[in-house]
Amino acid sequence: MLYANVEALRQSYLDIIADPAFQKDFHHLLRHYVGRPTPLFYASRLSSRLQTHIWLKREDLCHTGAHKINNTIGQILLAERMGKKRIIAETGAGQHGVATATVCALKGIECIVYMGEKDIERQAPNVARMRMLGAKVVPATSGSKTLKDATNEAIRDWINHADDTHYIIGSVVGPHPYPDMVATFQSVISEEIRNQMLKETGNDLPTHVVACVGGGSNAAGAFYHFLDEESVQLVAVEAAGEGITTGMSAATTQLGKPGILHGSMSLLMQTEDGQVVEPHSISAGLDYPGIGPLHAHLYESGRAKFVSATDSEAVAAAFELSKLEGIIPALETAHAFAVLDQLQLKPDDQVVVCLSGRGDKDLATYMQFMSDASSKEM
Amino acid sequence: MTRIQSLFEQKQEKILSIYCTAGFPQLDSTLKVMQALQENGADLIELGMPYSDPLADGPVIQESNTIALHNGMHLSLLFDQLRDMRKDIHIPVILMGYMNPVMQYGFEKFCSDAAAVGVDGLILPDLPDHAFETQYGAIMQRYGLDFIFLVTPETSEARIRKLDQLSSGFLYAVASSATTGNENNMSLVNAYLRRLSAMKLSNPLMVGFGISSGAHFAAVCEDVRGAIVGSAYIRTLLNNSDVSFATQQFMQQMRYV
Repeated sequence: MLYANVEALRQSYLDIIADPAFQKDFHHLLRHYVGRPTPLFYASRLSSRLQTHIWLKREDLCHTGAHKINNTIGQILLAERMGKKRIIAETGAGQHGVATATVCALKGIECIVYMGEKDIERQAPNVARMRMLGAKVVPATSGSKTLKDATNEAIRDWINHADDTHYIIGSVVGPHPYPDMVATFQSVISEEIRNQMLKETGNDLPTHVVACVGGGSNAAGAFYHFLDEESVQLVAVEAAGEGITTGMSAATTQLGKPGILHGSMSLLMQTEDGQVVEPHSISAGLDYPGIGPLHAHLYESGRAKFVSATDSEAVAAAFELSKLEGIIPALETAHAFAVLDQLQLKPDDQVVVCLSGRGDKDLATYMQFMSDASSKEM
Repeated sequence: MTRIQSLFEQKQEKILSIYCTAGFPQLDSTLKVMQALQENGADLIELGMPYSDPLADGPVIQESNTIALHNGMHLSLLFDQLRDMRKDIHIPVILMGYMNPVMQYGFEKFCSDAAAVGVDGLILPDLPDHAFETQYGAIMQRYGLDFIFLVTPETSEARIRKLDQLSSGFLYAVASSATTGNENNMSLVNAYLRRLSAMKLSNPLMVGFGISSGAHFAAVCEDVRGAIVGSAYIRTLLNNSDVSFATQQFMQQMRYV
């Protein structure tokens, strides 16, 4: 039923993206609107704590506070060229929803964001931002009321409005060409890392690139230009939730098996009977039962190392990064920092961590942990 | 000739297919619902296999799927329930569902078990036609199962012809490109159905999505052989726990006009 929508996109996206005029607009907006290139910052205090070299790719400094806008800039330009008058999106943590609402405001295009009812409650600041930007936020009330259900509702909307609507998917998931297209737009992250590493260290290849993975868009962008560089260890960090074996987890490669969801075949958390399992993570952005097909391939081929961090490990890592480097990361991003201790990093390793988003939206969650800690101290 | 094909041979118009969800409203009500539908004049039954993420369905059918899963429905249990189906059910039965549970069950085992209990055809809206052509179509044929593709008002003429060639039993025309349970603008629907009928396709046409009353049913039957009603019937069962009574009332209303 989505055939007409997806086919029109598939036939046009490569040509549109390859058009020099598109590239010019895209790079102009990335530079002057998003604020790219984002810095690659040497985290000296974290490096000495870990006895290695840690570089932070500062996607948290992008306009709207996360890498998500790299993709929405690309897709809004694409939608404009396809003559679409209406934009829909799904969002988990709200970062992709905000990034979509932002580019729609920039272009004066109607914007509808589907968001799980549960996520609307736990990400109130981002909901307010989307509304202030003029987007309509529609709660997804079916199923687990989180990201997967928001995606279901967005797909249903798209089926109902094939003609005038473009669906801006926020991650490297969904039917072809989305996984490829989103990875392409996000690949600017690793393109910049290579240039910046060369300038800073004389070698464009780090030893490790570490990124958190829900659907996997910041990881796809951070890994992209290193995929064929075997010397670079790619590390994907999944959300273990309360622990992989607790039944309250979102670690897809550990708990999933091949399955079909949202128009692609990949690894999927599901019951024996093939019902999609409701994942759990403290971070709404990693709370997705699947993983992009690219990442499923990186997992199965062994090209990337997949590890996981629990809710409490992620929160502890967020507090550590805040105190050591003066950077409050998003809860999603904090998962990437939580595994650095397990990686057995050597003193001469050069480790790039994709700091995919800033933590302002998660303050309410962080504040709970602060009050827990202070009540224990008393 | 399959049971579905015979139906279309024998009955020319006003063919009414009703969708129900396996394991809904109660886990063991699957056959009872099917019997009630047959007794009250359904020509065909589309039996939904519940799924956690029924993307092509609207909120009412999703709710019935959620309830059925909560009741404990799954595919092996469904085939157990349907084992003696053909002692009582003589009208054609189509299983409708989504690829993931079927794939986890094993696609060939699924087809074999479905055929063994007397299922006549399958609707799997998230099975792409290229996968049907390269892999799955041959398996369904081996077990004598019809496979029904869906076309929408957005589907191009060339693609409609292709999906008609690949389908057997009938071709499912989605009344609007809406997910099930939406109200349609009937004059637009009729225009669309006339356009489809004029194409002289090889399969009979049935229309579904948003057909919720006897008046809708009568209106679409002017242009196509019949219709599939889902959300309206499920809503009736959600509001009335007496399956026999609710079904009788519902079917009278559908056939009244």
